[in-house]
Amino acid sequence: MNEFIEAQVALGWEQNLRSSYDVVIVGGGGHGMSTAYHLATRHGITDVAVLERGYIGSGNSGRNTTIIRANYGIPEAVRFYQRSVDLYSRLEEETGRWIMHDRKGLLWLVHGTPGTRNERARSIVNQAFGADTVYVTPEEVGEICPEVDMNAGGGEYRVTGGSYSPHAATARHDRVVWALAEGAMKRGVHVHQRTAVTGLLKDGDRVTGVMTDRGPVTAGVTVSAVGGHVSTLAAMAGVRLPIRTHPLQAFVTNHYARTFRPIVASAEMGFYVSQTPRGEMLLGAGIDSQPSYSYRSSYEFLSHCSLPAVTLLPFLRDLTVLRQWTGVCDMSVDMSPIMGYTGVDGFLVTTGWGTWGFKGIPAGGEQMAELIATDRTPELIAPFSLNRFKEDRLMFDPGSTGTTH
Amino acid sequence: MVLRLACPHCGPRPVEEWTYGEVPDPPDHLTEADERDVDRGFMMGNTEGVKVERWFHAGGCRRWQTITRDTTLD
Ligand SMILES: Cc1cc2nc3c(=O)[nH]c(=O)nc-3n(C[C@H](O)[C@H](O)[C@H](O)COP(=O)(O)OP(=O)(O)OC[C@H]3O[C@@H](n4cnc5c(N)ncnc54)[C@H](O)[C@@H]3O)c2cc1C
Ligand SMILES: [Zn+2]
Repeated sequence: MNEFIEAQVALGWEQNLRSSYDVVIVGGGGHGMSTAYHLATRHGITDVAVLERGYIGSGNSGRNTTIIRANYGIPEAVRFYQRSVDLYSRLEEETGRWIMHDRKGLLWLVHGTPGTRNERARSIVNQAFGADTVYVTPEEVGEICPEVDMNAGGGEYRVTGGSYSPHAATARHDRVVWALAEGAMKRGVHVHQRTAVTGLLKDGDRVTGVMTDRGPVTAGVTVSAVGGHVSTLAAMAGVRLPIRTHPLQAFVTNHYARTFRPIVASAEMGFYVSQTPRGEMLLGAGIDSQPSYSYRSSYEFLSHCSLPAVTLLPFLRDLTVLRQWTGVCDMSVDMSPIMGYTGVDGFLVTTGWGTWGFKGIPAGGEQMAELIATDRTPELIAPFSLNRFKEDRLMFDPGSTGTTH
Repeated sequence: MVLRLACPHCGPRPVEEWTYGEVPDPPDHLTEADERDVDRGFMMGNTEGVKVERWFHAGGCRRWQTITRDTTLD
């Protein structure tokens, strides 16, 4: 297939910003676009505008390391992400667009007893709730990924086993955004780029639309899908969120001449890696510790991430860093997403996507669309409502992040 | 470049030496006790802009410092 999908996707930009829509979605990232796509395709709701202050996919959805997996640590999350994994595997067929979806399998390595215990527990929880994760022995690790130095760091990081999730995949991030945008636009959704939301329109406590730098737009429902900038928008509605924004960096190397099949991660060593379709090695690690909206990349990140990487996978030593970049992530206090009602009429959020939300784009949008269409919270995302903090039922999920997103 | 925070005792030091301390800031209009507790426990201003923060210089003088930062730049 033609690599230049940019020339093929039929993005029918609408020039005219109407003064009113049934649904206004703020933020043209994966979650905003997926919500619009599912409103149009599943519910026939097309009087919808997506307002994006930059270009679509310019936020975290175009900056992530594209890992799609359901090997989470708590039942509610495994079920939700498995739904998203399933929707991703059907997305090419559904949209007719090649998103370069590739089922690679993910190997999550451990280096001692506590890690072994975690990965065994993860496998059991995953299998019980529909994800195909299995515990693997060091011998099996060697078969799945021969490049791993089993005695890494002279034994300091000896590989004692791990979990393996055959379902895990990657996909080209901007193609996901474009495919969803095209599907939504084809059905009548308006997507307005270079349109910043600068305020909210209110009638008493109720949110009745948005103020933009192109004028006011009223809406039956306003949805915040603004990634790391959610607290700023929510504050305009008087909504406080358990969210802190942190930068997350990543980098790619030059081309590695051989095929490196799985996604490999080690939480204990603090990095993860996969190979892009162009053959580059793509590496990531944990967030920057300071709360920040800065897109600055650092040398310290490169060195912190590279040292464990070359220790576990010695072939990486011979490669060169090509590019490095940063996104700003809406980290929720319990490492789980927050979807749905906010307590303010007319104002919904999809947030808490942190460093783990690319994989949630299909199911997140599907479920948000159902909530908007039916005005009821679907069962799959009920555990992830903002109410949980008031009700003292946090969804703390150690499987969300740490290192592998 | 990595973020450096200016310590009055130790000078500008890289952020890895510091531990961030979230300061609860429940808004005044929250008057009901339970609501204030939920806000203090979980909610954050997450300021996009200039902000006064508390940082513990764990890898230096081991004192809490008050530091003003613009979160859009740093
Ligand atoms: C380096 C990195 C690696 C990652 N790796 C992974 C991974 O491997 N797997 C995974 O599942 N997740 C990963 N993530 C997380 C994932 O990228 C995000 O959770 C996901 O993309 C969030 O999508 P979103 O649509 O909510 O936000 P975004 O894609 O950030 O979209 C928000 C949009 O809102 C716009 N916006 C903001 N404010 C306004 C306003 N006032 N008016 C109009 N528009 C506005 C922004 O311009 C932006 O385009 C990673 C993130 C980063 C940064
Ligand atoms: Zn000091």
